[in-house]
Formats: sequence, C-alpha cells, structure tokens
Amino acid sequence: MVDSSLAGRTFPPPPSLQVTAEAVRAFAAATGTPYAEGEPAPATFPIVVAFVAMQALMGDPEVGIDLSHVIHGEQRFAYERPVVVGDELTATLTVDTLRQIGGADIIGTTSAITDADGALVCTAKATLVHTA
Amino acid sequence: MSLEAGEELATQTFRVTRADLVAYAAAAGDPNPIHQDADVARSVGLPGVIAHGMYTLALAARAVDGWAGAPGRVVELGAKFTKPVVVPAGEDGAEVVVAGTVKKVEDGRATIGLTVTCGADKVLGMPTAVVAL
Repeated sequence: MVDSSLAGRTFPPPPSLQVTAEAVRAFAAATGTPYAEGEPAPATFPIVVAFVAMQALMGDPEVGIDLSHVIHGEQRFAYERPVVVGDELTATLTVDTLRQIGGADIIGTTSAITDADGALVCTAKATLVHTA
Repeated sequence: MSLEAGEELATQTFRVTRADLVAYAAAAGDPNPIHQDADVARSVGLPGVIAHGMYTLALAARAVDGWAGAPGRVVELGAKFTKPVVVPAGEDGAEVVVAGTVKKVEDGRATIGLTVTCGADKVLGMPTAVVAL
C-alpha cells in the first residue's frame, strides 16, 4: 500500500515538453484526428505531458507504486486555451486524494500544465488505481 | 455554429485497429504492452489487447470537434474508463460509437452529454464535454 502521507504532495515537474509539428501530426494521425498545420493540437494532446508527470510520480521509489499494477481510471481536462505547435509545456503534479479500498490505492491527481510564460494552459485531473 | 439545448447530435462511428494503438503508444509515450500484446493482456486478466482509455477519449474529442464545427473549441473534456475496448487483430479492429446530446447552452458554452459504446458496452463513464460557441 502507498503511504497515506502521499496526499497533498506536489512533485517537482519533469523537464518541459516542446510541442513540435511532428509530435502533433503523429498524435493526430494515430487518433485519426483531422489536422492541418496551424490548427490547435487535438484536445487530448496535453495527456502527453501530463503522462510524463504521472510516470515520474509512479516511478518515484519513495512513493512505492508498481507501475505494472496501475490502471488509468479517469481523466478530465479543463482548458484555458488550446495547445499549439511551439508551446513549451510543463506539468506540475499534485496528489489531491488517496483512498485505500479493498487493497487498492485510488490516487487522485491534478497536473497543472503551464506554458513557457508560466501561464496555465490546461488542468488535467487523473485518477490512478494501483492494485497490489 | 449553433448548438441548442436538447439537440441530438449526429452519431459518429470510429474504427480502431491494433496498428492505431501501436502508433498511439509511440505518439503519446505510453508503451504499456496491454495495448499491444495479447499475451501480456491476457496474463493480467484482460480478454485481449485493449485500447488505451485515452485513445477512446481522443475519439470522443474527434466527435466533439465535429459537432463544434472546428478544433480548439473544447473547454472541458473527461470521462471514467469503465470498460475496456477490446481490439481484435486485423484491419477491422473494433468499432467505437460516440453519441451526443446538448445538455445545456449557457454563457456562450454548450455542455454535451456523451454516450460512448463498443458493441453492447458503454466504455466511458460520465463522459462530458463543454465547448465554446
């Protein structure tokens, strides 16, 4: 089980992500999303940077989460503006809640995704279910 | 664009294949083998290769962009990943159907309730989207 002191902790953000035309094209192509140069990135694109922050959390040896036993239970985004090519995005993850039910850790997280100016682009809330 | 409260939106059907999941894993940086390798998926109790929950949510976003008339209008999007989308091998893959209803229109924003299914299963729980009009 994960230590209950995890709730409320904010983790140092992993290195920021440069949003390249190539990355957006690849994401759009994989999801079949129509995309033309100059258009906003697909709405779920910020998961790329949020996921890096989630992996950093799960990979932290002090946290004690076995990555192969984690299920992505829920994901919600609130956007201040669409992501565009040229953005440099940073995800700062906070563990909001930790519930332990039936041997599973249910970890509620919020990643604040900010641009190079530090302005909020998107808030990504994820629920991760960690089973023993 | 005009969306009106109570409006039933045109249902969108999308196909997802294992090749799409391989491409998505690379593009999204999510290499979990349960989305690519049937043996690994079965070893953890899944019926076979399953789509990333985020893949299904991306399909929902495609439908919403279509209803909104342009990309970049989504201001909120989210769901619970309640049931897996099992993706058989081959070109047919799986079919994901996204239906939507305009729940309310207020302050220049439309809230869309979604129903996202694969076969008989609702695969997303409480899927919602809000778009700027």
